[in-house]
Amino acid sequence: MALTAAPDSEPVWRAKHPRTRLLTGAHAAAEAMRQMDPDVVPVYPITPQTPIVEAFAQFVADGRVHTELMHMESEHSAMSAAVGAALAGARTMTATASQGLAYMIEVVYIAAGLRAPVVLALGNRALSGPINIHGDHSDAMLARDSGAVVAFAENAQEAYDLMLMAPRLAEHSDVLLPVMVGQDGFTITHSAEPVETLADEAVAAFVGPYHVATPLLETAHPVTEGAFAMPDSYFELRCQVQAANERTLEVWERVAEEYAALSGRLLAPVDPYRLEDAGAVVITMGSAAGTIKDVVDRLRDRGEKVGLLKLRAFRPFPLPQILGLLRPGQHVAVLERALSPGAYPPLFADVASFLVRDHDVRSFVFGLGGRDLGFEEVEIAFEDLKQPAPSPAPIRYLGLGKEGPV
Amino acid sequence: MSGPAVPVEPMRIREMARREESEPRFLGGHALCAGCGIPIVVRTILNSIPTPVVVVNATGCLEVATTRYPTTAWNVPWLHVAFENAAASMSGIEAASRALVRRGAIASEQEITFVVFAGDGGTYDIGLQSLSGALERGHRLMYVCYDNEAYMNTGIQRSGATPLAARTSTTPLGVSSLGNMHRRKDLTAIVAAHRVPYVAQASVSDFQDLSRKARRAALTPGPAFLNVLSSCPLGWGTEPRDTVRVARMAVETGYWPLFEVINQHYRINYEPDPRLPVTRWLSSQGRFRHLEHDHGDIIEQIQAEVDEQWRRLQERSAADAHYFAAEIGAVPPPRDATSPGPRMR
Ligand SMILES: Cc1ncc(C[n+]2csc(CCOP(=O)(O)OP(=O)(O)O)c2C)c(N)n1
Ligand code: SF4
Ligand SMILES: [Mg+2]
Repeated sequence: MALTAAPDSEPVWRAKHPRTRLLTGAHAAAEAMRQMDPDVVPVYPITPQTPIVEAFAQFVADGRVHTELMHMESEHSAMSAAVGAALAGARTMTATASQGLAYMIEVVYIAAGLRAPVVLALGNRALSGPINIHGDHSDAMLARDSGAVVAFAENAQEAYDLMLMAPRLAEHSDVLLPVMVGQDGFTITHSAEPVETLADEAVAAFVGPYHVATPLLETAHPVTEGAFAMPDSYFELRCQVQAANERTLEVWERVAEEYAALSGRLLAPVDPYRLEDAGAVVITMGSAAGTIKDVVDRLRDRGEKVGLLKLRAFRPFPLPQILGLLRPGQHVAVLERALSPGAYPPLFADVASFLVRDHDVRSFVFGLGGRDLGFEEVEIAFEDLKQPAPSPAPIRYLGLGKEGPV
Repeated sequence: MSGPAVPVEPMRIREMARREESEPRFLGGHALCAGCGIPIVVRTILNSIPTPVVVVNATGCLEVATTRYPTTAWNVPWLHVAFENAAASMSGIEAASRALVRRGAIASEQEITFVVFAGDGGTYDIGLQSLSGALERGHRLMYVCYDNEAYMNTGIQRSGATPLAARTSTTPLGVSSLGNMHRRKDLTAIVAAHRVPYVAQASVSDFQDLSRKARRAALTPGPAFLNVLSSCPLGWGTEPRDTVRVARMAVETGYWPLFEVINQHYRINYEPDPRLPVTRWLSSQGRFRHLEHDHGDIIEQIQAEVDEQWRRLQERSAADAHYFAAEIGAVPPPRDATSPGPRMR
């Protein structure tokens, strides 16, 4: 960005042009929130999300937003207040991680069922016990079946971009669901990277005003929200959540295109990397995609036909997008950082459920509790894909050493 | 934050009846039991509030029996999120209203009273944390605990509000059990310890007193809390027709004192004269029937505790009398001529 503007034309320049600065993922999310200027933000601290709410509290203290910042006494109450505020007629955002999400998960399901479009920034972190503050995706998996939209960022830039797209998804009349934007604890939340931010005015125009059809504060038009549903209606109401979550994929595609026109960055539900002629493909979510891209480049330099398919959308599961990018006969390794003890891990289970007929799909778990994923481990996975497919596919663990799991 | 310096009168019965006719806020056709105290409490409170209201309801009998989808008994905006978070959900709504006023999205003169209804289980026990947070943050909301002294909706299990020796489905009688063996917690005192501007105890038996307290709570520019004793024929083992009579015994024996705490100053609203022995309250209910037989000194224990509660309350209200002497609102409203009953002060 070569920009030479006279100092007095700075505001005009700011309105039209993005700028790049060094931000951690947490600060990028907080900056996105400042630019969106939500009405209500209930907060509760938990590592590694805390810098998001701290940075945002400073924006409030400095009078840079109109937000009603609520100091809650727990995450359960934070999500409860968020549901109340969102249904009252206020754009509402919050942030949490790990135990905080576990604690509020009851209300995340309710938020989805009540169709409360709350935006939540998630600093992905392992779940206790034992207690561990570092990054993995166990926490987000708690929300897997809640009805909420669950997204993962690869880096601070994507955390910023997805946060800006989040209310457009959440509040869309075809959706009306909570949206969680995950960024890996520490790897993204606490690592500073160059982040290109949009002008405040551009963000305001992109996000638009908040609207709910029947706000609770409109006392002249009373509505009953959260009624008691018997077997004669509960099934339909939960199926409406299912349908809304499925519809989110289409909305996401459109919002992503609109956002790309504004920012030059396309954040589609899935992101292919050197997939064209790849015989071996890794599927993953989150910051590991960066490491895996490097390995793909190295292996490509050696003439190996390998590629990466990164998912930004986990719920809704981007099935048509994945099918559109993969070809039958490919060898696929799913690399993920969560478990479902007693069964295949969650992402593998989703991928294998529809790829298993035409593809060889294998399960790899890495990075639990923040353990680093090195180039070597990714290479082990690609190397494994050259071997005959064992059946049934075993769960492999990357980074546990020769001994494997005890 | 301080309470209103104007006299607060209860809503006149005629006015309540008129509002019930012309702009009903809580409708019939719900599934609460015959003789349940809850709808009396809800109607009295909602009809006493002059402004529009938004209601949040915790999970419990009231919620379940009034909103069976797709029907509703509520003619006011109403939200139910879960069991333990009514105060938190309402604080979000109240914060939303402040945010929208600040933004100019809604008119600032639009006065809304934010009313929470929750049972004792949803307040004394599982909802205590979210209530505490909401009180401490100072939201302008009126939290009403309808206290029927057990988890009634799930089949009469013991709660932190269940009195000593009461029989419930989780404190059954047996060779080694005389019912509930724990003392109930003093929630009103816990709330008062948050130093919120208005805290009161009321009873379904004294609706004029309840009406006045609801009006004062609505006028309070901060958190207001009403703990309202609400008879439950099913859980207490009483006749539906005795709902008011039984609750009145709680008041006449001093088991459930009617008092209020305004800006941390205590005032007793009604002194039974003479204060009846606590057996009059106990013997009116099936859940205490076993105490007629072999009960050791449990009745003496209960009586001693009630006596001690009165002594403390009288001490506190005597010490705070100066505060109310200056307040015009201290003048007791005349008792409605149509309702003979306890003498108010
Ligand atoms: C988290 C949670 N735990 C337990 C329940 C089950 N539950 C629903 S209502 C209720 C009892 C409510 O008791 P109370 O608050 O006293 O209200 P009441 O039923 O007496 O009106 C219980 C235990 C629940 N819905 N949610
Ligand atoms: S069980 Fe008790 S509190 Fe519940 S509706 Fe029946 S009488 Fe009312
Ligand atoms: Mg109860």
